[in-house]
Amino acid sequence: MSRRARFAWFWLAAITIVVMTPFASFAAGESIGGTLIQRLGDEKLPVEGITITVIQDGNTIGTGESGADGKWEIPVPGAGIYMVRLETSTLPEGVALTDPDKQELSDVEVRDGQAKKVIFPLGEGTFSTVSPYARVGALFISGLKLGAIIALSAVGLSLVFGVTGLVNFAHAEMVTLGAIAAYFFHGSTLGPQWPLVVAIVPAVLVGAGFGWLQDRALWRPLRNRHTGLVAMMVVSIGLSFALRNLFLIIFGGEPRAYPNFAGQPPIQFLGISMVPKQLATIAISLIVLAGVGLFLQRSRSGTAMRAVADDADLAESSGINVNQIILITWVLAGGLAALGGVFFGLNEAVQWDMGFKLLLLIFAAVVLGGLGTAYGAMAGGFIVGVAVEMSTLVFPNELKAAVGLGVLIIMLLIRPQGLLGSKERIG
Amino acid sequence: MDWANILIDGILATIGPITAAYAISAIGLNLQFGYAGLLNFGHVAFMLVGAYGTAITVDFGAPLWLGVIVGIIAAALLGLLLGLPTLRLRADYLAITTIAAAEVIRLLVRSNWARPLTNGVFGIQGFADSFFTLNPFPASQIYGVGSLVVTGRKLWVMIVGWTVAAIITLFIRRLIKSPWGRVLKAIREDEDATISLGKNVFAYKLQALMIGGAIAGIAGILLAVEQQNVTPDAYLPKITFILYVIVILGGAGTILGPIVGAITFQFMFFTIDALMVSAQANIGWVGDLLTPAAAGQIKLVLVGIGMMVLMIFRPQGILGNREEVLIDER
Repeated sequence: MSRRARFAWFWLAAITIVVMTPFASFAAGESIGGTLIQRLGDEKLPVEGITITVIQDGNTIGTGESGADGKWEIPVPGAGIYMVRLETSTLPEGVALTDPDKQELSDVEVRDGQAKKVIFPLGEGTFSTVSPYARVGALFISGLKLGAIIALSAVGLSLVFGVTGLVNFAHAEMVTLGAIAAYFFHGSTLGPQWPLVVAIVPAVLVGAGFGWLQDRALWRPLRNRHTGLVAMMVVSIGLSFALRNLFLIIFGGEPRAYPNFAGQPPIQFLGISMVPKQLATIAISLIVLAGVGLFLQRSRSGTAMRAVADDADLAESSGINVNQIILITWVLAGGLAALGGVFFGLNEAVQWDMGFKLLLLIFAAVVLGGLGTAYGAMAGGFIVGVAVEMSTLVFPNELKAAVGLGVLIIMLLIRPQGLLGSKERIG
Repeated sequence: MDWANILIDGILATIGPITAAYAISAIGLNLQFGYAGLLNFGHVAFMLVGAYGTAITVDFGAPLWLGVIVGIIAAALLGLLLGLPTLRLRADYLAITTIAAAEVIRLLVRSNWARPLTNGVFGIQGFADSFFTLNPFPASQIYGVGSLVVTGRKLWVMIVGWTVAAIITLFIRRLIKSPWGRVLKAIREDEDATISLGKNVFAYKLQALMIGGAIAGIAGILLAVEQQNVTPDAYLPKITFILYVIVILGGAGTILGPIVGAITFQFMFFTIDALMVSAQANIGWVGDLLTPAAAGQIKLVLVGIGMMVLMIFRPQGILGNREEVLIDER
């Protein structure tokens, strides 16, 4: 490219950014589509009800489902490069991608006016319809998995609120940081490429370290200046926004899966199809959460933490080093959020704004359980996770987030202190 | 690099209709955050609801003026809906609910489920023709001095936009100097004292949230009319944060703060952009390292950092009074 052309191009891009909401030109009828066929020997069977998602620059452009003839088509706003993803969780029992790596097709180019066709080859196993029992069971397991992720992430938010009174809006970015750190140690060619089970450890340490850094470098100085809570919340949301965009610059807009366990085949248990990594997520989360409970009940720091949450002045006057307890809380919150992030990335994909997407559900869980209570956040997490997944039995998939918001608002209307919260905290 | 041209483009961006819309929206946020101390982290949702209220109404065959009224009312109703469950509680709950609601509303609008009404990701276009037929300036005629020029179409939107901004500013000035405004500031300063004076604090907060929301709705409508286009992905959370920076920069809790903030912010935003583009074009290694997309993201990182730094070190902004800012207590 000549210097002049490059210059002109940069200006064009700059102006588009300044205008913020670029005037999209909608030439007629660009779309991406295809037919989902399962090959069984010589036979070809159409596969119905599979969700396909079209993504551009990390934003979902549209989703569609394959019809009875296996056909699907998703209109796109214009010519360009798109990523097309087949949601493997919607594949019926016994149907799988012949090449598990082809779940996502990046660089699908659509030209002006083109109805682009893409192919997802399906095969393996026998075709059978899923019984209502198996569907409910699978959704329940998937809800428990989501609940475990939410609970891990929510406990830290609730604990930090308990000891400092601050709702940390940058908590979601600690979740993302954990997932990205694990990707660096595990999947990235720049990192050491350890197996994921090993990479979890440094990822959690990075998260805990970031919690430590946040409190030492930002929140403790602000507390010492007696900054108001409203101002602190504005600072935390500014931090969240800055970090999120920093992740976008560093990690890019595309979602990426951890290479380990990517296309894990489901197993059957009691007639319900479940993926082992879901079960591992649930089991490990339960163990970790039980550990957090033991820590709060039995250890010196844990008891001190509860004392500070109850009444910081009283705790201080009885000899507890409040600043140190707050620091420990931040470290714990950072580590737990990072672990939640790794599990979220393992079960879905690692993406720059994954934490922000989870934030609504984390808030719903925390409010449901009672802001400031650790056990409430755990219980709230599992309830919200299961409720959101089960809601897809009745509502379309796209309304999942709305269900989370609904839980939040209904709870605020009927019992704002949450299931386990105390009334003084809310007024 | 031609600095005169950069300056002219910067001035054009600064006085353009988008700045006017941001200023109007910031006035609404200032009423909520600056005067009433309400943390609305989903301000962009009010703009979305205003814009879509107008576009959908016109899409059903109603005239544009009716659409504008529907849009404003819808935005105020959103304030009612979000305020009712949260405003009796601590400030956190409004913040949590608004930030969540803003994203959920955007996702709902772009979903296939709402497509019959909102046309999903494609949005609604061409609903403001009647606004442009009122334009007294020939649309393609060029107005201005030297190279500082705008088309007649843009001039019309600019004049309407800034006039609306001026009218709303006068309205807010009137409102704040009234007994109602004094109660609002009293709530921000000391809620318990205000309650003990027998004021219904909840009602005042709800009114502030609804009026501020309606003003944001007007801003959303102006943006939508200017572009003749509403799409859900024009209402990303980043707009809320940009508006916070505008309000804090100009001076939260001041009459002219949002307008000063919007103009200053847009000029700074544009200058940083010009500097980055110039660095990309003229310094080889910067051009290799910094893609245009990354440059846009760096500006957003700066928005977030700006929000933190302003709130910590200069919470009163350009025009504000440090005594009046919610920083040292509660």
